[in-house]
Amino acid sequence: MGLLDQRFENGNIVITSIDNLLNWARLSSLWPMQFGLACCAIEMMATGASHYDLDRFGIFFRGTPRQSDVMIVAGTVTLKMAERIKTLYDQMSEPRYVVSMGSCSNCGGPYWEHGYHVLKGVDRVIPVDVYVPGCPPRPEALMEGLMKLQEKIRGESIARKDLSMASR
Amino acid sequence: MLTEFGRVLIFFILAGVFVAGGMITAWLIRPNRPYPSKLTTYECGEDPIGDTRVRFNIRFYVVALIFLIFDVEVVFLFPWALIYKELGWFAFIEMLVFLAILFVGYAYVWRKGDLDWDRPAPRIPRFEKGIGVVEDHVEEQLVVTQE
Amino acid sequence: MIPQEIFDSIKAKFPKSVLEERSTGVHDPFAAIAPESIRDVCLFLRDDDALAFDFLMCLSGVDYTGGKLGVVYHLHSMKRGHKIALKVEVPASNPHCGSVESVWKTANWHEREAFDLFGIVFDGHPDLRRILLPDDWEGHPLRKDYQVPEYYHGMKVPY
Repeated sequence: MGLLDQRFENGNIVITSIDNLLNWARLSSLWPMQFGLACCAIEMMATGASHYDLDRFGIFFRGTPRQSDVMIVAGTVTLKMAERIKTLYDQMSEPRYVVSMGSCSNCGGPYWEHGYHVLKGVDRVIPVDVYVPGCPPRPEALMEGLMKLQEKIRGESIARKDLSMASR
Repeated sequence: MLTEFGRVLIFFILAGVFVAGGMITAWLIRPNRPYPSKLTTYECGEDPIGDTRVRFNIRFYVVALIFLIFDVEVVFLFPWALIYKELGWFAFIEMLVFLAILFVGYAYVWRKGDLDWDRPAPRIPRFEKGIGVVEDHVEEQLVVTQE
Repeated sequence: MIPQEIFDSIKAKFPKSVLEERSTGVHDPFAAIAPESIRDVCLFLRDDDALAFDFLMCLSGVDYTGGKLGVVYHLHSMKRGHKIALKVEVPASNPHCGSVESVWKTANWHEREAFDLFGIVFDGHPDLRRILLPDDWEGHPLRKDYQVPEYYHGMKVPY
């Protein structure tokens, strides 16, 4: 058990400084688990490539959930895949975040009406932090989504129970 | 003031403090909230089936063994090379004898084929008449070019 | 060979199997074959030297409403350069059709897809099970009278 994990009700100067340091460290090296499912994966690859480089944010893709901080769900989530997504989200270590990229993982996308096999939004199985709209979102849009996630991490606190986002 | 060994001891202690400091800081700060689904073995999201022990090729063991032997030989070469100038001809001849003995072993390993990474024999597909062949004389052309 | 000649040679060999043929006025000239003899007809089409249909381009399931399902085969001959279509109609109450997996191996997955989405059972297929949907899915979605389930494994399916 972490000694300082979610023990304090109020922040003090020591905790605030640790918070700033930890949050800065965590947001500066967000390691996503590559989870490209469909067409949004192509845009995610483009964002990671040299033109819209993600490596300058400290973001590079990991193959396993054990070593990743954020899961970018890029693409259509079928019901068959949704159970695996739940397992993989469970296997990520805290602090963990989820970015839903594209219409299909936000709300079912173009398959909302007739898709008998599509999960209408990945937030029906896992908690999502940032939704990036688009079909597919442009690389700049995905980068803005990741920067919004960084802003969210900046406001976290390890000690206060209610403010800690890593408690899910 | 401090002997050589004393300096090595300082290094040793500093290394221990560096590692322990990092691990204790992490233990203080990290969240640790295990639950059963989190502790399952990773198998790309599926339920894990089968054992994790797999049979791997014995070439890895052979290469590691040969590496170990010649690495130890190089370890013996290093101090000899450092004070080589002061030792004279005797040390030179003695080291040559040492290297010659190990060289015999090296030649044996080489000739026996333990340094080769065996590849499977190539399987060249055979072209048969009938399905896929547009004209009948294509097979004759293949025979000519393979000579 | 033009499609009419191909259909004539099929009729010469299997007079009772060809139920209907259309070679003019349609985009794909087709012949309707009886479901039990589809495998023998396809074997003849592949092995005959003048026809030589060595490539099954597509095998699709169809739901003709009114209690009838069907399978459409698109064949192409890489050796001779001609192509035709074959159609098979089966009743929805007893959707059994001969399997052509032993003739063209690609039909293995195509027939699994037709079984998965329409419920057409191919007799003689070595491994007929669902290929696209999860194994415990109920129903065959591409039938016209399919109802989307409310929940699947605790997940709400409709929007």
